[in-house]
Amino acid sequence: MDHETCVEIESDADMVAARAAGRALAERLGFSRTDGTLIATAISEVARNILVHAGCGEILLHDVHERDRHGIVVVARDCGPGIQSVELALQDGWGSSGGLGLGLPGARRLMDEFTIESVPGDGTTVTMKKWRARDPLERLRREREQREQVWA
Amino acid sequence: MPILKQGDYLIASIQSALSDSEVLELRDDLAERVGQFRARGIVVDVTALDVIDSFAARALRTIGSTAKLRGAETVLVGIQPDVAMAMVQFELDLQPLHTALDLEEGLAVLRRTARGGDDDGP
Amino acid sequence: MNGQKPSLPTPPLETHEIDAELLPKLVAYLRQMSVELREKWVSRISEAQLLGVMSPEEIFSEVKAVYDNYVDALETGSVESLQAYARDLSERIIHRGVETHEVLGIVLLLRDVLARSLFLRYQDDPELLDRILDSYEPAANRIAVTVGVSFVEERERVIREQQAAIRELSTPVLQVRDRLVILPIIGAIDSQRARQLTEQLLNAIQANRAKVVVIDITGVASIDMTVANHLVQTVNAARLMGASAIITGLSSGIAQTLVDLRVDLSTMNTVGDLQGGLEEAERLLGYKVLHSDPAPPDRLA
Repeated sequence: MDHETCVEIESDADMVAARAAGRALAERLGFSRTDGTLIATAISEVARNILVHAGCGEILLHDVHERDRHGIVVVARDCGPGIQSVELALQDGWGSSGGLGLGLPGARRLMDEFTIESVPGDGTTVTMKKWRARDPLERLRREREQREQVWA
Repeated sequence: MPILKQGDYLIASIQSALSDSEVLELRDDLAERVGQFRARGIVVDVTALDVIDSFAARALRTIGSTAKLRGAETVLVGIQPDVAMAMVQFELDLQPLHTALDLEEGLAVLRRTARGGDDDGP
Repeated sequence: MNGQKPSLPTPPLETHEIDAELLPKLVAYLRQMSVELREKWVSRISEAQLLGVMSPEEIFSEVKAVYDNYVDALETGSVESLQAYARDLSERIIHRGVETHEVLGIVLLLRDVLARSLFLRYQDDPELLDRILDSYEPAANRIAVTVGVSFVEERERVIREQQAAIRELSTPVLQVRDRLVILPIIGAIDSQRARQLTEQLLNAIQANRAKVVVIDITGVASIDMTVANHLVQTVNAARLMGASAIITGLSSGIAQTLVDLRVDLSTMNTVGDLQGGLEEAERLLGYKVLHSDPAPPDRLA
């Protein structure tokens, strides 16, 4: 992992910061503008979820690399009470206005991977990933960067 | 945020990414003015929004349904290409809002629906 | 771009102290010998038959800048301005057709020319020569790597730009009438191409203020579920931007895929062929269509 950012979520303004950080990392990783918007929108949903459900939490953003692809990982952790049923939360329309679940199914449709872990009493963690295939040039660059790091 | 009146229509132009409370303020402002001016339609220009998430969509829909209760139609204009794609992939439902490319087209939609003509709505 | 650069092994402490005195002397000497050493370098370059695409005048003017930057980098130990210069130089010479081996070649030749002159200067004091080379060699190698990598990265940036241009050219979105654009798609579409086509189409709707888009897939043999899904999403996104989409040239195979996907075909406006699609588009736009002789497609462009 080369890039890592952590954004505390405690207010509206933090949501904007988290979205901007997500866009910036997405751009650095070569995602298209559209993908950047998808990622920022998904971040907006999980950030709001943190605020609505727990009042506080953090969003961690970092890159992840595999041989033929690389991607962005968003980990949204809240310091809340946890949810009873993850499956219920993922159903479209579950929960009253503003409740958990309204945004998460949508966020899942925007990202490639999406998991929720919740321990009642201990808070909820949503992990989302979006991948991008490396083109041949990027593969070469990645190999070169790794070789250079070995020199040090 | 300025809300302009043009004939029977209200035009709200969102200038930049809004905070949640600003979104709610807009919703309430418009609800009040539709009644106050007996507006026939509302155009909400979202050109400046780089993200439209479920919260924003819900607020915009509420603007639309509140307006409808008072006999006015609402059109969203200026949805950016990448935002449009995100909304579709998200499967955001925009009922009862209409959508159009820009202010000019938005007003054309309102005139069409006011006439009770072909509703090329959502 | 990864900002990390290889860091050199730190020399042992005593040599490091001496370096602080030696390096300025070394640098001063190289500056003093600048004219002579540059000439030597240029003749070695032409002996090695490098930079054939550049004229002697061009080589002459670049050589001075490279030499000065090189010695500056030796002096400061910092490669940042060298990197910036190398990228700038690369941008200029790549378009001329200069190859990677030439760039590496000339930097290594300069390294050798300078090393030889240091040998000559300090050969009477082997111990001092040793310490001088201890200072010089790692720095010179680092410079060679920096210049080489900058050149390669610049090349890659140019290639990437060219690739993007080719992709865009291969699927032009055409404005054929006021408020009407056509996207003719030919060949295989995979997920990635589909995403790129959508971006192009939606941007074109905005740029051309299109009210109708005709997506012609006559030239597409088949699409998989993912791409079919993406096509539906594209139509919906276009609608959010106030444009209605007409799909033309649907083969029966593709129609079947859409049915299997449970796409509500009543929400998609499909017409058999491009000609029919254009007529439907004109109808939607409110043009009166004259049915005497259907206009041949090329008259619309």
